[in-house]
Amino acid sequence: MQGTIDTSKAAIQAEHGAGAHGGHHGDHPDHRIFGIIMFLVAESMIFLGLFAAYLTFRSVTPDWPPEGTPEMELLLPGVNTIILISSSFVMNRGNAAIKKNDVKGLRFWFGLTALMGAVFLVGQLYEYFHTGFGLADNIFTSTFYVLTGFHGLHVTFGLLLILAVLWKSLKAGHYSSESHFGAEAAELYWHFVDVVWIVLFTILYLF
Amino acid sequence: MAQVTEPETDNLGETLAVEAGGQTPWREYFSFSTDHKVIGIQYLVCTFIFYLIGGALATAVRTELATPDSDFVSRELYNGLFTIHATVMIFLWIVPAGTGAFGNYLIPLMIGARDMAFPRLNAIAFWLIPPGGILLLSSFFVGAAGAGWTSYPPLSTTGEKAGEFIWILSVLILGTSSILGGINFLTTILKMRMPGMGLNDMPLFCWAMLAASALILISTPVLAGALILLAFDLIAGTTFFNPMGGGDPVVYQHMFWFYSHPAVYIMILPIFGMISDILPVHARKPIFGYQAIAYSSMAISFLGLIVWAHHMFTSGTPGWLRMFFMVATMIIAVPTGIKVFSWLATVWGGKLRLNSAMLFGLGFVSMFVIGGLSGIMIASVPFDIHVHDTYFIVAHLHYVLFGGSVFGLYGGIYHWFPKMTGRMMNEPLGKLHFALTLIGFNLCFLPMHYLGLQGMPRRVAEYDPKFATVNLVCTVGSYILAVSTVPLIINAVWSWIGGPKASGNPWDALTMEWQTASPPPVENFIGEPVRLTGPYDYGMGDRNPNVQMPESQANTPMLSGGPTVS
Amino acid sequence: MKVPSAIWTMIAGITITLVSLWVGQNHSLMPVAASEEAPRIDALFNTMMTISTGLFLIVQGIIVISIFKFRKQANDNTDGPPIHGNVPLEILWTAIPAIIIMGIGVYSFEIYNSMGGLDPMASHESHVAHKHQPGAAIAASLPSDEPGMAPSKAPGKLVALGVGASPRTQGQDPFVSVNVLGLQFAWIFTYPNSGVTSGELHLPAGKEVELTISASDVIHSLWIPEFRLKQDAIPGRESELRFVPQIVGEYSVVCAELCGSYHGGMKTRVIVQSEEDFQAWLQSQIVAQSEGLETVALNPADLSETDYLQPLAAEMGIDGETLNQLHAEHHLGDRAI
Ligand code: HEA
Ligand code: HEA
Ligand code: CUA
Ligand SMILES: [Cu+2]
Repeated sequence: MQGTIDTSKAAIQAEHGAGAHGGHHGDHPDHRIFGIIMFLVAESMIFLGLFAAYLTFRSVTPDWPPEGTPEMELLLPGVNTIILISSSFVMNRGNAAIKKNDVKGLRFWFGLTALMGAVFLVGQLYEYFHTGFGLADNIFTSTFYVLTGFHGLHVTFGLLLILAVLWKSLKAGHYSSESHFGAEAAELYWHFVDVVWIVLFTILYLF
Repeated sequence: MAQVTEPETDNLGETLAVEAGGQTPWREYFSFSTDHKVIGIQYLVCTFIFYLIGGALATAVRTELATPDSDFVSRELYNGLFTIHATVMIFLWIVPAGTGAFGNYLIPLMIGARDMAFPRLNAIAFWLIPPGGILLLSSFFVGAAGAGWTSYPPLSTTGEKAGEFIWILSVLILGTSSILGGINFLTTILKMRMPGMGLNDMPLFCWAMLAASALILISTPVLAGALILLAFDLIAGTTFFNPMGGGDPVVYQHMFWFYSHPAVYIMILPIFGMISDILPVHARKPIFGYQAIAYSSMAISFLGLIVWAHHMFTSGTPGWLRMFFMVATMIIAVPTGIKVFSWLATVWGGKLRLNSAMLFGLGFVSMFVIGGLSGIMIASVPFDIHVHDTYFIVAHLHYVLFGGSVFGLYGGIYHWFPKMTGRMMNEPLGKLHFALTLIGFNLCFLPMHYLGLQGMPRRVAEYDPKFATVNLVCTVGSYILAVSTVPLIINAVWSWIGGPKASGNPWDALTMEWQTASPPPVENFIGEPVRLTGPYDYGMGDRNPNVQMPESQANTPMLSGGPTVS
Repeated sequence: MKVPSAIWTMIAGITITLVSLWVGQNHSLMPVAASEEAPRIDALFNTMMTISTGLFLIVQGIIVISIFKFRKQANDNTDGPPIHGNVPLEILWTAIPAIIIMGIGVYSFEIYNSMGGLDPMASHESHVAHKHQPGAAIAASLPSDEPGMAPSKAPGKLVALGVGASPRTQGQDPFVSVNVLGLQFAWIFTYPNSGVTSGELHLPAGKEVELTISASDVIHSLWIPEFRLKQDAIPGRESELRFVPQIVGEYSVVCAELCGSYHGGMKTRVIVQSEEDFQAWLQSQIVAQSEGLETVALNPADLSETDYLQPLAAEMGIDGETLNQLHAEHHLGDRAI
């Protein structure tokens, strides 16, 4: 209440431009991570919806996959899975590094993660060209392409996020042990994409 | 009489607030502003324009139905008209007006925050609406989608392909906007309440928005999933929902209603919240059963997620599932009844100021209950087997959506207009608007119950001549409804330009948004916002909220606890 | 002062109860109840009308009384009494609706079960009875938008859809079975045991009938308002309606699910006849149709008998060939059984 009376219009406006979190409590709580988590809840609901659709199609179709669908190769997607899962751990090292103010470490581990993500995507594309079936062949192939494709889109987006973090980390002092929201958000997103893949892999290839 | 303009107090904060307030330059409303108040008004005006367009489409629908033959428009166009009518009304009016407009404008003010958690995201969410809406309407040029707002395949994937694709695209855009808004509301409500304000000290509108946002977050993405699959069926030749290729149309229905049933609560919960805030102010009485109302919002939100298949009782739903969804649906009467009876108890014994806001508030309770009661009837499977996809359903949905949501939004407009614009609205015009709306609405939709029971299916351009008279009555009612918007528009425009100036708190209300200037200054409150009373502490001898507060107590409000249930 | 208010409440209660009971019985909102299940559904509806009228009167009464009794006096600027709640009252208005909906729920369940909605045998039985799915076969033979799409097997009937045999008649065969096919924009009824195909539904009064409903293109919904029965016709699936038509007469068969531009015109008649009339009609049809597929198929007017299908068939692109095909399919299917 103390400083209120002489707070002028101009001062208010200036503060407004700076972004309006929590007013002037000093600590400026950052709600962005919470927001990202909310966003990921929404994202997981899309995937849940698609998974549910897939499982329903599967349960109402007499033979699954329908007759005439070529056998699925397990080796490549298996390797791909291992790469993607390990990339999550690699990425975590990057965030651990920046928490110790080690920007170089961040760059290294994130770079490695990006590489692994890219390998995953290439592997996925390779698989697409060698499955021997097309999008509209039957209900299994359609769900296969739409589910993996939608996930691949998310991997691509995650990859772009990582690259953005790498780009920003070039600017000295952008990330520090105090402030590394971007890196943290990218990591959260990547873990999410990873978890989705595990479910996807299980229901599409294994079970 | 209702212009309860308060004499200027000599309170320092108040005078200052009035000075710091003032009008936002009009250009700001056409810009990518990140101020939640500007965005709220942008939402409100923009969605209201879409409402008029949706209403104009409805008027065309009713004109076609004035006679039993298909004579006013072609059959294809008729299907396009009601499809786009419903899509506009739902995705461009009720959802964005209830959550986007009032949620944005009120939540930060009510919880004493300076803005929403993510102002830029907020602006993005709004600016998705106009392109989404224009895209949707543009589909009339290529042949609008004509499979109903439910867009069931295989019909939707075999009809107007271009129109259907545009429909899918614009609903995806509008759904995205809705999700972004939901994230923002949840974060703001959960994380940005002023110090000392617990969840149980929030105005009930915030509780309702919490419940509605949770629903948005959980259900809207599933619609996106369904629409993605539908789009593939439409343009890529897949057969997810087409049995000819091994797909199953019923899967779409499940995915669609998993969103669209919760969507009806997304459309009504914010309105419930607004009513819970309007009634106590004008009845001059505390809200009755604060906690019961707050938690019943959460209960409705949860129950809303597990009842979707009541739209599919005559579709591919086996008997035992029909029974499960019937019972789950009926249970919603309990939390909703708690709200309705609590509102009635709030009003009972009060000192009612029967101004336009209050009239629409009471009108809401009265009309919504009719829709709710018919809702319970159609939840009963044996009865729904008779009336599903008939005008009985059309009557139900308009009683809850128009008699509910639109009445509530009207009430909200009259109640918060002084806050938003700093001007009072004209009362006689407001009452005229109310009278015309009430009469037109009941004339238009009450007879539809009878039509449905007697055998008139919905979504038909031509019908049995024995229904001609009743349909004509409905059409006359719809014309009265169309006319009823005129006094509102005149009132709003005229009052905004030249209405009497409103003080910060013209209604003597106690929630936080009234404890600042009208319209509020850029960051809502001058200095730290201070809560002097609970949001509903009417009749506690603390009538004038502009009491002097010793500075030492500024951060420990006197009455921080919510209303106690004795 | 206390006594009068209690008395007023009592009078109001009695009035509301009486009015509700009267409205519940005398609303006359429903058309004739022409099937055996219809009166049961009407009884359910009447009960719900009674309860709803009561609740409606209470709510509107409180609002109207408040408006007159509790409106602010001109110079009164004080607030109302600071009542924040009342736990017993709140428990009461939580419990009463809970009890009411439990009642309606149980009642609805009973009715639904007595209609045969929960017939556990339905799926099994009809699976055996109709090995050949007319819907699926026709779907496959109709020209499809996607060229080269392999018509795959329609998913088998995994769940019972619709209304099956009532507990009383479970396990018995219905007196008449009719295969119903919905297509844009007409209904085609086939009597599998006699091979008769018709555009109108003829049923014997007082006998249990079973409709096996399917669709060839998009979703339709078979509704007979006077029977209070409706079931979607879903392409690729089969559903059934089993019921007893009671009152001799003509009623309309309505398509209730939006199925395209002529959805509003997709109507025909159901003719409930005495058993003798029904048999006579069936015989006349057998004779007429045995004169050759050709005549029937190339003459849609004859096929449908209604003045309805013929003009529409031309208007909507259901040409003679399609009908021919449909017809042939049906006959092949029937003979296979
Ligand atoms: C704001 C929107 C809204 C709201 C709030 C509701 C509320 C309810 N709706 Fe409605 N509904 C729609 C919008 C809405 N609906 C729409 C748009 C459709 C059609 C979609 C389409 O097909 O296009 C639809 C269709 C629809 C159907 C499908 C009908 C069909 O197609 O065959 C059903 C079936 O169960 C249903 C039920 C209910 C129920 C039980 C409630 C309950 O929530 C109502 C609860 C309220 C009350 C019960 C009144 C107050 C309570 C009391 C006074 C207490 C005492 C009461 C009792 C003991 C009964 N609705
Ligand atoms: C919030 C939702 C909402 C609202 C407010 C309305 C409002 C109205 N609705 Fe609608 N309606 C739906 C949601 C809504 N509807 C839904 C979900 C369906 C189901 C669709 C489906 O089956 O798929 C439906 C279906 C529907 C039908 C059934 C169509 C059919 O099944 O064949 C009818 C028929 O009478 C109808 C009529 C009306 C009327 C007369 C209004 C009136 O209240 C409108 C009043 C008119 C105005 C307020 C506009 C007045 C202004 C002007 C005329 C001037 C124009 C000016 C400019 C353009 C600048 N609606
Ligand atoms: Cu067939 Cu509507
Ligand atoms: Cu619903």
